[in-house]
Amino acid sequence: MTASQIGSSTRRFGGYERVTGSQEFVADLRLDGMLFVKLVSIDCARARIVSVDTSAARGLAGVVAVVTSDDLPQPVPRFGPVYKDRPILAVGETKYHGEPVAAVVAESKDVAEVAASLVAIQFEELPAVFTVASALDPLSPLVQEPGLRSAGTLANTNVLSEQVFGWGDLAATEADLVIENDYCFPMVTHFAIEPHGCMVVSSSGGFEVWSPVQHPYLLQAILADLFDLPLTRVRVVAPDPGGAFGGKQNPKFEPLLCFLARMTKRPVRLILTLEESFQATRRTSAEIHIRSGFSRDGLLCFQDIESNFLLGAYADIAGRVVSKSNYLGCGPYCTPVARIRARALLSHTTPSCAFRGFGTPQVAWALESQMDAAARHLGIDGLQIRLMNLAAKGDDVVPGDVPADGEWAQSVRKAASAVGWGEPLAPNHGRGIAVGIKSGATTGLSYSTIRLLFDGSVTIYAGTSDMGQGARTIFAQIVSDELGVPIDQIDVVMGDTSVVPFDLQTSASRSTVFMGNAILDACRDIQLQVRELAAELHGTALENVRIEAGGVFISDMKVSIPEVVQASLGRLRGELIGNGTMRRTDIANHPLGGSPAFFEFNCTAFEVSVDVETGEVSVIKHVSVGDTGKSLNPLQVEMQDEGAAIMGLGHTMMEHIILDESGRIANHGALDYRIPTSKDLPLSLSTYSIENADGPGPYGSKGVSEGAILCTAPAFASAVTEATGVVIRDLPLTPERVWRAMRDGASDSSKVE
Amino acid sequence: MTDALPVVLNINGLKYEFEVLPYRSLLDVLRDELGLTGTKECCAVGECGACTVHFDGRSINACLMLAIEADGGSVTTIEGIAAPGEMTRVQDAFLEHGAVQCGFCIPGMVMSAEYLLARNPHPTEQETREGLSGNLCRCGGYNRMLKAISSVSEESTP
Repeated sequence: MTASQIGSSTRRFGGYERVTGSQEFVADLRLDGMLFVKLVSIDCARARIVSVDTSAARGLAGVVAVVTSDDLPQPVPRFGPVYKDRPILAVGETKYHGEPVAAVVAESKDVAEVAASLVAIQFEELPAVFTVASALDPLSPLVQEPGLRSAGTLANTNVLSEQVFGWGDLAATEADLVIENDYCFPMVTHFAIEPHGCMVVSSSGGFEVWSPVQHPYLLQAILADLFDLPLTRVRVVAPDPGGAFGGKQNPKFEPLLCFLARMTKRPVRLILTLEESFQATRRTSAEIHIRSGFSRDGLLCFQDIESNFLLGAYADIAGRVVSKSNYLGCGPYCTPVARIRARALLSHTTPSCAFRGFGTPQVAWALESQMDAAARHLGIDGLQIRLMNLAAKGDDVVPGDVPADGEWAQSVRKAASAVGWGEPLAPNHGRGIAVGIKSGATTGLSYSTIRLLFDGSVTIYAGTSDMGQGARTIFAQIVSDELGVPIDQIDVVMGDTSVVPFDLQTSASRSTVFMGNAILDACRDIQLQVRELAAELHGTALENVRIEAGGVFISDMKVSIPEVVQASLGRLRGELIGNGTMRRTDIANHPLGGSPAFFEFNCTAFEVSVDVETGEVSVIKHVSVGDTGKSLNPLQVEMQDEGAAIMGLGHTMMEHIILDESGRIANHGALDYRIPTSKDLPLSLSTYSIENADGPGPYGSKGVSEGAILCTAPAFASAVTEATGVVIRDLPLTPERVWRAMRDGASDSSKVE
Repeated sequence: MTDALPVVLNINGLKYEFEVLPYRSLLDVLRDELGLTGTKECCAVGECGACTVHFDGRSINACLMLAIEADGGSVTTIEGIAAPGEMTRVQDAFLEHGAVQCGFCIPGMVMSAEYLLARNPHPTEQETREGLSGNLCRCGGYNRMLKAISSVSEESTP
């Protein structure tokens, strides 16, 4: 019998390949006769395309095709995960800096690059929308033609969607203290170390597509729809992404590549540069106005929130980012009265999409900073004000929806003790603490198939993308325990729509819960088959056969699963095939379509020291505690938690995309846009899990991959305030910004009633 | 376009003779001409370290060296540091300590770690942070990398 894998730090599946360089990412794959694609864009955000002269590029030896929107079917097809708003190539005008106007296809990468530089585009810059204020201004130009979206009161505006959530009577609610502030969360980029890319082969009436995409089945469906093909004619192979973080969820240039493959009748490949990846997708930025009411002893009376999220030129999935994060805009607290007005605004900027935390870091930045502002005004401790308002297990966070599903105060107390809350501080040092919750996936569907082979080894089929979170390892651990198979006799097959059954997506920290449950269900299917075989073999009733810890018990006799399978299947061999499903369907009239399957709760705490001469902040301690339900692989949970924490430090301390007056990204690329390095790692970084087995996933687990990024910024900023006395409400807290705030004596400027 | 020039390189102990266009980087040659795709490309401007290799005993960004500059030199890539099916102690420690998530930065990171330990078998934490600071990891595995390198350092005789 094998030792239990659940709860052990089993080594990462695919780890050997990753440390030896033999893991094949999409750019490492080669196809015979492959052509190279280079996108051509202009140095401006919104512009009318006056003319495109491709003759010089076409004349270059080795160039196979130069394609503009004129060469595509008319009207030029559009696509998107929610709205069909993104054209294959720019039509008539560009909508954001970097939107491709043409594509060059050539025999080599070098020729494609030279030819792209020879495409002469004349353009005329047009007035554009780059900010929340201009997106809301009725006199601003429209980003999208009204016909692209369903007609309604918003059709002739730049407001993609506006939702109001809330409960209670705000007008009738009084408070002893009302605090009102504006918070800003800038554009930041995913910066996966693997730039975006894909390859396409057009064959036998359909396509084979290689793309490191988080949702292979969505890509398959969108391509099938665009080209009017049955799903069987679109095969998506999804190599493991080299980091994704939400940026690789939805199709970007795969549709273009399909057209190019069809036109040239050759395999085509596009690998973006890092700079082009900056122009492909980003986090949705936000400006949040918030009025918070408290009683004099610190209890929440109301929250009145107006969130304006700035999307790019095409909606991608960003409307959902806005609604899902703002739905939980009051965080993990008992909030008696709330009104949350959330707008998704279109602009002439990089299309924004999902990014780890899915809007929650933006919302939590405002909400949690308000908690600290209230605490300061009331003379209450930042820890106390949170503990007194935090929802206990079973309390409503959104009245009428699923209640708090964890003992969240345990996480808060753990973080406080780990950071040394309340202990004396050296000069220019400060501590801060903050909490956050994110809705796990709401609706969803995952299938899994498991083959128990004749020798007892197992192949798992799961449509998840293993992008760094280590999904294969978790799935194998579940099967190892359920079927008594040694971990090294398990294979996990992913990333091929022609082989692996449907999975909705890899996002929202859902895979351990959704696919994990589908796999558990498939194991149950196999266990039942084994029991039936054993009962028949031993001439006993089914209820006399049970499976425990991966072994078969027939009354008091114990045999292994492979022994039963081999004895039953006999000379012809064969195998057992189990199928499993996890499905959460729509709830009628629910603002999100369905309730959160679980909440991802996190408490983050900091101790920092601030150099008063330079404004530089050193992180002495960074603590993150997550409510994981059950950590199926504690090491992988720590890795996810640390990774999310460091990514959170990035948008807290250094990251922001800067646009110039023409909407061009002024700092795209690794030279001018800083992400954390090993030197930015906190002096001490520790993460902890609270495990009460109260999640809906296998063995009581919950999703864990986003928690530690939810409230990094407010916890950090609170520590900076304690160290310096200054309050900053715009991210990131760069040394320059901290220094200026100290110079200007920017103490708490909250509007207070 | 320009004519290709002859280049001789020793890569992972094997001699390679080929012709290359003068503007192509060592990284292009390794990945596109020789099929050594373990060395990764991200930023192409020497900022991310994904393409770190060892050249004549130095750790370099292969994207910043022209292939013709490398002529006559000796290159070690991630494919050359351990026999097939085996791992160096650094590689093994990276897995043991959970330093590997998506894995895209890891070949470059391993090359930097090997270089650091070859020159300084017992680095302080500050020296390790410095030694890895040219390699970006967006999955945020730095803490685990420090632990892994520290464990290898402790195993070796002072």
